[in-house]
Amino acid sequence: MLVLEQPFVETEKEVIASKPNTTGAEAVILSLLAENVDTIFGYPGGAIMPIYDALYDYLDKVKHILTRHEQGAIHAAQGYARVRRKAGVCFATSGPGATNLITGIADAMVDSTPLVCITGQVTEGLLGTDAFQETDVVGISMPITKWNYQVTKAEEIPQAIAKAFYIAESGRPGPVLLDITKNAQFEGCDFKYQKCRRIRSYLPKRALVPEKIAEAAELINSCKKPLVLAGHGILIAKAQEVFQEFIEKSGLPVASTLLGLSAMSVEHPNYVGYLGMHGNYGPNVKTNEADLLIAVGMRFDDRVTGGLDTYAPDAKVIHIEIDPSEINKNVKATVPIIGDAKEALEALLPHVNERKYDEWLAEFAECDRLEDEKVVQKALAPTTEKIKMVEVIKMLSDKTEGKAVIVTDVGQHQMIATRYYKFAETESNVTSGGLGTMGFALPAAIGAKIGVPHRDVIAVAGDGGFQMTLQELGTIMQNDIPVKIIVLNNHFLGMVRQWQELFFDRRYSFTDIESPDFVTLASAYGVKGIQVTDRDKLESGLTQMLESKESFLLEVIVEKEENVFPMVPSGASVSDIRLE
Amino acid sequence: MNTEAKKQYTISVFTEDKIGLLNRITIIFTRRKINVESLTVSESETKGIFRFTIVIELEPSNIEKLRGQLEKQVEVLKAFYYQDHDIVYQEIGLYKISTSEFVNGDKVENIIRKNNARILRIEPDYTIVEKTGHEEETRALFEELEPHGILSFVRSGRVAIAKPMKRLHVYLKEIGKLD
Ligand SMILES: Cc1ncc(C[n+]2csc(CCOP(=O)(O)OP(=O)(O)O)c2C)c(N)n1
Repeated sequence: MLVLEQPFVETEKEVIASKPNTTGAEAVILSLLAENVDTIFGYPGGAIMPIYDALYDYLDKVKHILTRHEQGAIHAAQGYARVRRKAGVCFATSGPGATNLITGIADAMVDSTPLVCITGQVTEGLLGTDAFQETDVVGISMPITKWNYQVTKAEEIPQAIAKAFYIAESGRPGPVLLDITKNAQFEGCDFKYQKCRRIRSYLPKRALVPEKIAEAAELINSCKKPLVLAGHGILIAKAQEVFQEFIEKSGLPVASTLLGLSAMSVEHPNYVGYLGMHGNYGPNVKTNEADLLIAVGMRFDDRVTGGLDTYAPDAKVIHIEIDPSEINKNVKATVPIIGDAKEALEALLPHVNERKYDEWLAEFAECDRLEDEKVVQKALAPTTEKIKMVEVIKMLSDKTEGKAVIVTDVGQHQMIATRYYKFAETESNVTSGGLGTMGFALPAAIGAKIGVPHRDVIAVAGDGGFQMTLQELGTIMQNDIPVKIIVLNNHFLGMVRQWQELFFDRRYSFTDIESPDFVTLASAYGVKGIQVTDRDKLESGLTQMLESKESFLLEVIVEKEENVFPMVPSGASVSDIRLE
Repeated sequence: MNTEAKKQYTISVFTEDKIGLLNRITIIFTRRKINVESLTVSESETKGIFRFTIVIELEPSNIEKLRGQLEKQVEVLKAFYYQDHDIVYQEIGLYKISTSEFVNGDKVENIIRKNNARILRIEPDYTIVEKTGHEEETRALFEELEPHGILSFVRSGRVAIAKPMKRLHVYLKEIGKLD
């Protein structure tokens, strides 16, 4: 029989941590320390108690944040991972603890967020018996994890965790889940940690093909109406600098996806706006006039492309993407470049000519002018009695000079915040894109603030989504986490109401939503807050929130039936984007 | 909606020997509402490497995407897809008939001879017949035997070997999974 020379898993030679005669539970903690984990988000329970017990001895080395719900723990881990670009770690017990992680796992999978989730599981002998709190979380999470594995022996723990980090963080990042049975946690073992170096069946990053780089450069050097579509991959690859260099040399106009925001300053002269359903007018309309699209680290999500049949009919497509399964999945690539965005851009840079696209950029500017007239001015020049969301975000952006980390929930406020916040610094946009998970913002902001404590972190949520995870105010209270919270209260599930208005004859079926007094509620958690209803109080309210040394909740009562425009109706062509 | 005509494909997936992979792989099909017509798993010519042989029908424009999704799994080494003319394939059918039918005259014996089937076992009350071939052939035998009373019938999934001569590890080296 043939034998592959390469072993299945290769570890680094160096043993970076060891401890003889320990337990599986302690090995879990020691492994996390060996991976330089500084924060764990979690919630204990029966099946993970030995791990929590072992953790108790290491609180000087690693912080544990007790959330109020496992969904809060995983979203916090996601927020942390997104601002730190390393795996977020969360703990949950078996059964309901594990199933409460599912939404966050699915979210992290589509938004390429590295996570290591560790769940406790019933003891091996009880597997498959419907024992108390036994849920097949490995089975349930299979389609939404990059990799998952059940550990039933203490001795497997170090290697399983080493693999977990390697898989979560390399290539296209994603969530992994390790389900550790209770007997494995109790069992004795000799702990020895070696980082994972390679898995033979897994190729996180391919070598670039020089011919493809040359072909791409030729297209870039000969096109007339190009548009760069900048995605999350630029941030993941930490390619911001070379990206900007590439853009400045080639002169190409850049549009960003939702998750690509803050990869480049929105004030950059080559930046022409934000793509997609509620993005800017110019990049959507001009996509269908472009003769070349250069997609960098993005996956042509339907919220970006609209109807595929009419998408970019005249364009050749260069697709730079680390995940080969994304190539030709939605949009056919004329020149695919499979690889890391940073490496690809570095390789392309010397081959692209210095060019300028003054006329083409002027067309984008003209689109901006139109959008400004039809949309922005209307939203900013208040003819309504109530404050508009746009006013709040615009003022927030000005007051923070675009330098805060903005963590958005899902809905109208998300689209407004990402449209109007002028991201001046990189790694400043944390949002749930692919899954659109309401309830994401508050816990993700907690994780982000812990990840980058020196930065201002501001959660922006609607009155609906905020109520999905507001129990995490308790986490803020207990751990003194100075995140700022803006609730834009329109008394509606606004985004769904907008669709009902536009596409369902204004039949507002279950979209009006009553809320508690958020300020009183926050104060019950020891979080200060104010409610602003009058326009002339908005500025002082924002100032108070921003100047607060502690967490602060600013509730703004906004116009009830404001719509987000522009809008590409679902399935329509991007060039049919509506301005009103 | 994709209105393209579907074609039959035989997919070979080479994987590590890991629990749960069967589930991971089938989920890729079920999620896309692709019906798996047959599925066979066995160790390949390489130690510890398993080979899934999966027969499906799919629009040609989607088969490459499906292969990408299979290869995206961390423990999948490589996936290939073929049409029937690219492979040599077989299935096996087992037929249980009553021995009294069999010894009653030579009709059944003639059917077996004509179909190149063989007898695996004769017991006082039943006889087991085996036929390897393509699905049409095992089905044809079934239809011929049916009037004589089939007590039980089972057909295996397809196993297939591709005609191209490259070995797995050569492909793996080409894409950089092996040194
Ligand atoms: C968990 C979850 N449930 C339902 C939805 C569908 N949905 C998308 S936006 C939205 C309305 C959000 O309302 P709100 O949080 O008040 O924000 P607004 O749109 O008013 O700014 C809903 C219900 C979702 N995205 N996520």
